Amino acid sequence: MDLILEGLQKAFWLLVTLDSEVLGITWLSLKVSGTATLISLVIGVSCGVWIGFSDFPGRRFLVSMINTGMGLPPVVVGLLVTIFLWRNGPLGFLGILYSPAAMIIAQAIIATPIVMGISLAAIQQLPKKLELQLLALGATKAQMAWMLVKEARLPLLAAVMAGFGGVISEVGASMMVGGNIMGYSRVLTTATVMETSKGNFDMAIALSTILLLLAYLVTLILTSIQQRERPR
Amino acid sequence: MKAEDPLLQIIGLTLERQRSFLLQIPRLFIQQGEILSLIGPNGCGKTTLLMALAGLLRPRSGQIIFKGEPIHRLPNPLTYRRRIAMVFQESLLLNTTVWDNVSVGLKFRGVRKSLLREKVMENLERFHITHLSRRLARTLSGGEAQRTSLARAFAVEPEILLLDEPFSSLDLPSTEALMEDLETALRETRTTTVFATHNRTEALRLSDRMVVMNSGKIRQIGTPGHVMNHPADPFVASFVGVENISPGRVLACKHNRLIISVAGQEIEALGDLPAGTEVTVCLRPEKIFLSAARPLQGSIGFNALKMPIRRMVFVGSYARVYLDGLFPRVAILDHREMPTLPLETGQMVWASFAAASVQLIASENMGA
Repeated sequence: MDLILEGLQKAFWLLVTLDSEVLGITWLSLKVSGTATLISLVIGVSCGVWIGFSDFPGRRFLVSMINTGMGLPPVVVGLLVTIFLWRNGPLGFLGILYSPAAMIIAQAIIATPIVMGISLAAIQQLPKKLELQLLALGATKAQMAWMLVKEARLPLLAAVMAGFGGVISEVGASMMVGGNIMGYSRVLTTATVMETSKGNFDMAIALSTILLLLAYLVTLILTSIQQRERPR
Repeated sequence: MKAEDPLLQIIGLTLERQRSFLLQIPRLFIQQGEILSLIGPNGCGKTTLLMALAGLLRPRSGQIIFKGEPIHRLPNPLTYRRRIAMVFQESLLLNTTVWDNVSVGLKFRGVRKSLLREKVMENLERFHITHLSRRLARTLSGGEAQRTSLARAFAVEPEILLLDEPFSSLDLPSTEALMEDLETALRETRTTTVFATHNRTEALRLSDRMVVMNSGKIRQIGTPGHVMNHPADPFVASFVGVENISPGRVLACKHNRLIISVAGQEIEALGDLPAGTEVTVCLRPEKIFLSAARPLQGSIGFNALKMPIRRMVFVGSYARVYLDGLFPRVAILDHREMPTLPLETGQMVWASFAAASVQLIASENMGA
């Protein structure tokens, strides 16, 4: 019991005194996962919308691949990205293995299928005739796509939530491609793993609390937007 | 394009899905300012034809020519789509306010703000929804939503307006009120309109010409009056409300008066067909007069047949009386006639009708 109480106490202290190491780690986590989510949004939403209202051979297969990708194990992504970025790997010349950039790439790969899958589902649940109605009112293809994205904005917010939630809590890939280098590529999850293995439960609890708070805050903001627009 | 050329010409149009024809239209012309209704049962190809006219479906063969130019060969299909507007059966509004919905087509066209305001206001007023302009579309009733959808289509001032059963999901009072406003709007703007419906009352009321369709083909084109009074074939006849339809044969013809044998009885009709011609005999139920006593004899061109009543159905101010004979089988009885009759199953009544009320379709037209 003492262990837990002591841990909680010290964690509280680390938080209220705004410990610089904790702050640095938090900031990097936000930066890496935020950027990765942004990238996955651009790719995921545009591809999701496109696949959502087009018809081509192999579409079903592609959709099943995206759905599979929604459950992509982070360590597998970590392994792939590591191989590609390895010194003599195909992209080794970039020299970005064990850097935040590598983490962003890995996290974007994890989040993109999640965002794409949910966007695709969001677009597909719009009435099929809405596309025709917009075209029949004189929309260009791009104007139509934009209107459809606006129509599906609520489920698309869910895509943002799921994407960000997936990558900020992910540890395997970040550890593998980021290397958990102090002050450079250490994020909340990798730091928590390390501190726990060292027995520094106070630090681990502090980091986990922040992780929880962050996840809660982001979800809270998105949920409030979503609920404000809830159909009555 | 010459002044007298039709605005829209459909020539040799075919559309198919999985090797079966959805649409086969050899020729159909739509004149500037005309209101043309497409009428037929569900699945007869009305919506498919509208979609093709909107440039949303590519025909397998044939052409749709708008002001002298085939629409599927235009370098940019958008130029054509921006000159039409289509209203669907479902109102298909965007999840935003009524105002934003009505302005969406104008925004697509990059219309400048002041003009946009003016046009949106004008059409909100036209459909009596100005007071709803700030309401969210999803909070509207069915009638209000369809008004918004129509206002949205009128706002872009289309050269051709395509309406796909705009009233079919509304209740009767909403339909009545909206039809009146739509009629006014169409007459005021003189918009060329193609209006699909399965309801002949709507078609009769709104259109200059009717196109009766079945199984993707045109069965008859004409003014509502002509189609109603001279249906081209038994399908059209039944679709425009002729309920008594029976095969018959011309027995004799003299001075434009025909003696027809139908269901074992002889009746008189008007026309000029040689004896022996096989015909389809059509008689609208509202043209039949029922009486307890034999109607006065002697008038020329008057038919009176005696038969028992099989069943009656009271529908508000009138009754449908089913007769126990082969022809005619149904008569419509107005509430003024009801008290004079012994309305009981099995009672014998006289069904009388003028020879001029009998419509004949000669056999060579059948199935055409």
